[in-house]
Amino acid sequence: MATLLASLRIALRALLVNKMRSALTMLGIIIGVGAVIAMIAVGEGAKKRIAEQIASMGSNLLIVLSGSSTSGGIRFGMGTVPTLTADDAKAIGTEIPAVKYVSPNLTGIAQVVYGNQNWSTVVNGTTPEVLDIRDWPLASGRPFTQQDVDGATKVCLLGKTVVDNLFGGIDPIGQIVRIKKVPFTVMGVLASKGQSTWGQDQDDTIFVPLTTAQKRLFGMQFPGMVRAIAVQAKEPEMMKEAEDQITELLRQRHHIQPNQENDFSVRNLTEVMSSAEQSARVMSLLLGAIASISLIVGGIGIMNIMLVSVTERTREIGIRIAVGAKGRDILLQFLIESLVLSLVGGTLGIGIGIAGTLILAAFTQWPVLYSIKAILLAFFFAGSVGVFFGFYPARKASLLNPIEALHYE
Amino acid sequence: MESLIQVQELVKIYRFGEMEVHALRGVSLSIGQGEFVAIMGASGSGKSTFMNILGFLDRPTSGQYLLEGINGEHLSRDELAEIRNQKIGFVFQGFNLLARTSALENVELPLTYARASTHKRKEMAHNALSEVGLKGREHHHPSQLSGGEQQRVAIARALVNQPSILLADEPTGNLDSKTSEEIMGIFQRLNRDLGITIIMITHEPDIALFAKRNIHFKDGKVVDDRENPSPAVAVRDQG
Repeated sequence: MATLLASLRIALRALLVNKMRSALTMLGIIIGVGAVIAMIAVGEGAKKRIAEQIASMGSNLLIVLSGSSTSGGIRFGMGTVPTLTADDAKAIGTEIPAVKYVSPNLTGIAQVVYGNQNWSTVVNGTTPEVLDIRDWPLASGRPFTQQDVDGATKVCLLGKTVVDNLFGGIDPIGQIVRIKKVPFTVMGVLASKGQSTWGQDQDDTIFVPLTTAQKRLFGMQFPGMVRAIAVQAKEPEMMKEAEDQITELLRQRHHIQPNQENDFSVRNLTEVMSSAEQSARVMSLLLGAIASISLIVGGIGIMNIMLVSVTERTREIGIRIAVGAKGRDILLQFLIESLVLSLVGGTLGIGIGIAGTLILAAFTQWPVLYSIKAILLAFFFAGSVGVFFGFYPARKASLLNPIEALHYE
Repeated sequence: MESLIQVQELVKIYRFGEMEVHALRGVSLSIGQGEFVAIMGASGSGKSTFMNILGFLDRPTSGQYLLEGINGEHLSRDELAEIRNQKIGFVFQGFNLLARTSALENVELPLTYARASTHKRKEMAHNALSEVGLKGREHHHPSQLSGGEQQRVAIARALVNQPSILLADEPTGNLDSKTSEEIMGIFQRLNRDLGITIIMITHEPDIALFAKRNIHFKDGKVVDDRENPSPAVAVRDQG
C-alpha cells in the first residue's frame, strides 16, 4: 500500500512536470472515450425510440387484412377486396383461446367540420377494445362502449391533431362535429401518441363505433363488412399459435378449399418492429466498435509517449535503481503514469462525450440515452488501454541496466 | 581492523561479440570498517568496474566479493537493489540528482524505496541535509544550487539510509579546487566523526591526499596499495 502511494506520488509528479505532453497524450483517450460515450448514447436513444413505438402500437399485435382478389386475370393487392366481417372478428374472439382482445375496423378518409373549421382525417370505425389493444388512454371525456356499437350511435373520439385543427382552445367534449355531413357528438379526446415508426401522425384520427361507420359513413358491399381485424395475443409466445389458429378458423369460415389461396392475410406487426429494433442494435454496436478504434489509437499514443519518456528519463531510472528501486517499483511507477493518463483522459472524455451528445441532441432532435453501464464500460476500457499499452514501456524501464542507465547522455 | 570488504581474485571480462575486454584481471584486497580509501588509476585501469562491483551494480565474471560477509553472487536483481538501498551510498561525478525535484525529495529517494513512513523520511532527510551544511536550502531545486551544493545534496542522499559504505566515483570531477576541498572536508568529517567507511575513485593526486589509504589500479590489477600516514587536512568544511 505504501509502495502504491509512493509510486502514485512519483508518477503524478512526473506527469505534472511535462504538463503539455501529458495533456496531448490524454487527448487521444479523451476523444476515444468521448466518441464511445456519444456513439452509444445515440445508438441507445434510437433503440429506446423504437421500443417506445412498439409499445405505442400495442404489444403482441396481429393484423388480419382482407385478401387479394383476382378479377379477369388481374390480381389485386391485399385489402383491395373486402372479405372480412364483424362476425369473423367475433369468432376469433370467442373461439381462439390465445387471443385477448379483438377489434375489427372499417376505415376511410373523411372530411370533418366543426363550426367554420374543417379537416380531412382518417375515420376509424371500430370497437371499444381498440383502446386496450393499442394501450391508448383518453386525455379527457370517456370512451364509447359496446352499447354504442350495438346501437350505431353517432358518437366519436378525436385524436389530438384533429382537436387542434378544429377546436383551437375550445373544450371539444359534448360538441357536435360533422363527419361526411353526419353530426357526431364528441365523447372523448385521445391522449397524444406522436409519430409512428413510419413517420405517420397517429394523432390525426377519429374513432367512431364500427356499426356507425358501416351504416352512416362508408357503406357496406355486404353485411358486416370490415377492412381489417386487430388481434392481441395473450402472451408474446402465443403469437405464432394465434396466427395459425386464426388462419385455420378464417379458412373454414370463408369456405376455402385446401388448394386455394387465402382471401385474407395475417400480419405480425411486432415481428416487423423487432426487426427494426434489431437493426438499431446493430447500428449501436457498429458505432461503438468504430469509436473503440479511436480509443485504441489513443492507447498507441500513450505507448508512444511512454516509450519516449522512458528513453528520456533513462538516467533518472538509473539513479532510482542505484539507490534501491526494485524492478517492481519502476514498473509500477511507469504503469501508474500511463494509467493516470488514461483514467484522467477517460474522465474528461466522459464529460466531453456527454456534453457533445447533448449538443448533438439539441441541434438534430435525435433521441439520446446515457447509461451508467456504458459510461463505466468506457471508463474501464480506457483504464485497460492504459495498462495494456503502458506495460511494454514500463517493463522496458524496469529492466534497464543501472550502470548503462547512469551513464546515459 | 575488522574487515568490512573482502575481495578475492576478482575477474571481470566484458564480451563485445568476438572481442573480450579484461577489465579486472584478479584483484584481491580487503577494506576495514572506518577506512577512507582513494582508488586511483588511468581510464581503462578497471577502477570503475571495481567500484560497480563493490556497489552491487555489476557482477564479477569470477572471484568473490563479500560485503559484511554477504555474497551477492546468487542474489536476484531485486535482492541486490535492497542491499544497495540498505548498505551502500553512492556519490557520482555528475551528481545525478533528479531534476525539477527539491533537495529534500532527492535525499528522501532511498527512504522511499525502503518503505519508510512520510514522517520518518522527512526527519531523516532534514538531518542528512544539515549534516552536509545545507540547512535552509531543502526546497531548492538542483538548478537553483551551485555544483558544490548539488554534490552535498548527493552526499546527503548517500548518507540518509545510514549505509555501511559510501562509494564516490570522481566526486570532485566536475568541481573547482576550492569546492573540491570543501567536499573532501565533508568526507573527512563524516569519516572521522561518524565512522563512515568511504571508498572514492579519483584521478587527481591532490584529492587522493585527503584519504587515509591510496590504491593504484593499472590494466585491471592493483599495482600499489599504501597507507597515507598524514592525510591533507581540508580547512574549508563549514558543516
